[in-house]
Amino acid sequence: MGILERMMSKSEQKKVYKKLSKSSIIVNLSVIFVIFIVLNTLINTGVLNRYYSTILVLILVAIIMSTSLNIGTGFLGQLILGHAGFMAIGAYTAALIGIALNDVIVNDFLFISRNLIIFVIAGSGAMFTASIAGLLVGTPALRLRGDYLGIMTLGFGEIVRVIITNLEITNGAQGLMGIPRLMTFPIAFWTTVIVVLIIYLFMSSRHGRAILSIREDEIASESVGINITKYKIMGFVLASLFGGLGGAVFAFQGGFLAPVSFGFIKSVEIFVIVVLGGMGSISGAIIAAIILTFLPELLREFDQYRLLLYSGLLVVTMLFRPQGLMGTKELDPKKQIRKVYRFIKKIIKKDINKGSDL
Amino acid sequence: MDVELFIKQIINSLNTGSIYALVAIGYTMVYGIIRLINFAHGEIMMFGAYFAFIIATSIPVGLPFFVIVLVSMALAALMGILTEKIAYKKLRTAPRISALITAIGMSLFLQNLAQLIFGANPKVMPQVISNEPIMFGNIAVPQVMMYTISMSIGIMILLTLFVKKTRAGKAMRAVSQDKEAAMLMGININGIISLTFAIGSALGALGGIFYSIAYSQVYPTLGVMTGLKAFIAAVFGGIGNIGGAMIGGYAIGFIETMTKGYISSRWSDAIVFGVLILILLFKPSGILGKNVKEKV
Repeated sequence: MGILERMMSKSEQKKVYKKLSKSSIIVNLSVIFVIFIVLNTLINTGVLNRYYSTILVLILVAIIMSTSLNIGTGFLGQLILGHAGFMAIGAYTAALIGIALNDVIVNDFLFISRNLIIFVIAGSGAMFTASIAGLLVGTPALRLRGDYLGIMTLGFGEIVRVIITNLEITNGAQGLMGIPRLMTFPIAFWTTVIVVLIIYLFMSSRHGRAILSIREDEIASESVGINITKYKIMGFVLASLFGGLGGAVFAFQGGFLAPVSFGFIKSVEIFVIVVLGGMGSISGAIIAAIILTFLPELLREFDQYRLLLYSGLLVVTMLFRPQGLMGTKELDPKKQIRKVYRFIKKIIKKDINKGSDL
Repeated sequence: MDVELFIKQIINSLNTGSIYALVAIGYTMVYGIIRLINFAHGEIMMFGAYFAFIIATSIPVGLPFFVIVLVSMALAALMGILTEKIAYKKLRTAPRISALITAIGMSLFLQNLAQLIFGANPKVMPQVISNEPIMFGNIAVPQVMMYTISMSIGIMILLTLFVKKTRAGKAMRAVSQDKEAAMLMGININGIISLTFAIGSALGALGGIFYSIAYSQVYPTLGVMTGLKAFIAAVFGGIGNIGGAMIGGYAIGFIETMTKGYISSRWSDAIVFGVLILILLFKPSGILGKNVKEKV
């Protein structure tokens, strides 16, 4: 809201913004393409071995999980401590569908690989069951606030774990084996990109702003006519839906699922990523997901100190930078590129000025 | 129905209930005073058990049970005060979610610290209480259970008297009602908060010691599940209410033991958490808690 806006007519403003956002999207998408091409060639040429490509997919899973939790925790401002429960539901649904389809779909269809077909079907199933669970839990739970909602979601996560441990179809505590390992880097990468893009577009839409206003002040937003219950449930279900999809990617990556990996600690891990990245910042969540998934792998030699450092980091962040790495700001590659460009320009100018002095 | 078995289950549930109640009091007292769910409380309980383990194993002379308990409770109280000073004090005015996240971080930190110091494997807790059971007619009750139940009830009575009758107890209640007003009345808030953490942590440690003796082992993740269930007990009774925590502890102990005994031991955790969800949905303030109206 600056002088620029006051000086221009509405239609002119629209044009400027459209141009801005369009070019921004083009730049960002090309940055993503470059990252994809670089990583994919590195994997295909074998520079990044199987170990590293596994970590890459795990990072992508962490990104999906944290950006999805960010809708509920960062943007909606609700304390959700059971995100691993949705992940578990999604993972097991996708795994069971995947096992069933593995013998049915054998060949590639036209140009689409069978891996992708199975993943799309299983992933949709995962999103469906996870969002149903989100709706069932969220509708009553969102009447509670703050701590109580946190406890309730925590209880939900634990119940999911116990149920999975005791069901026969999930093979109980021994874990589900024989899941087709069809997750390739491109599938995981583009799934993540699509998820992040949808979340980004959703959050900059009218609905997204309504959700943000609930975080800022529930009573004020209710008094300007925002249907709080509807938007809370919408945010919660969306978070659980993408959480389920993250679980699906995870299931097809490892080929093995055990209820132990979806405990309270897992929920906390995802939560920590969101908090450290900055609650309400999508790019912050992405950066934190990359760092916090990669850092433990680097520290594997100091395995004993790993989790100690991890939790100490959380406490220290809360004490000295409670807004997290990014706060509510977003990292826009286009802006960064422009900054670098200006910086270079400045240096060149300085050099020229210096030259003229001599 | 087998009457003898039923009585045994009742005694068992009193035993687990006592442990949950002891730990739940710590949760509820801290919540009452600084409105924080102290997730690290379960870990303090675990450290209390480890303190007892160290004292009992490192000193060759067989110390009396009460000395071991008192020393470990004192150490745990110190630890509780330190946690508050280091991690929570700075966040008293911060948004509640930040304090809560810090508490979660602190909990994980202490858990991993214990893992680093003592190793991940469970250690066998020495029998500091003779394991000869006491016979009531046909029913044998282990001495540990007698100690647990009687000491817990005794301590709870003392605590109630302390909070209701003494000056410090009065100050504690004042701080929990209105921190600023209490400060204006000349109450040393920091001192009262430290005292609250000290009492809560000491009781939690006692719960941890009884737990580790009953299952005759100590391990770094001992506080996680027990802590969570004690926390459910605190919510059940109405968080912030000491009497409620005691009732909640025994109620959760009863529900858990009875499901284990008569329904299925595999589903007992799910049932306990289900109870939590039902309570939260229908009476979030717990059975003894007051309804807090929201101010606009």
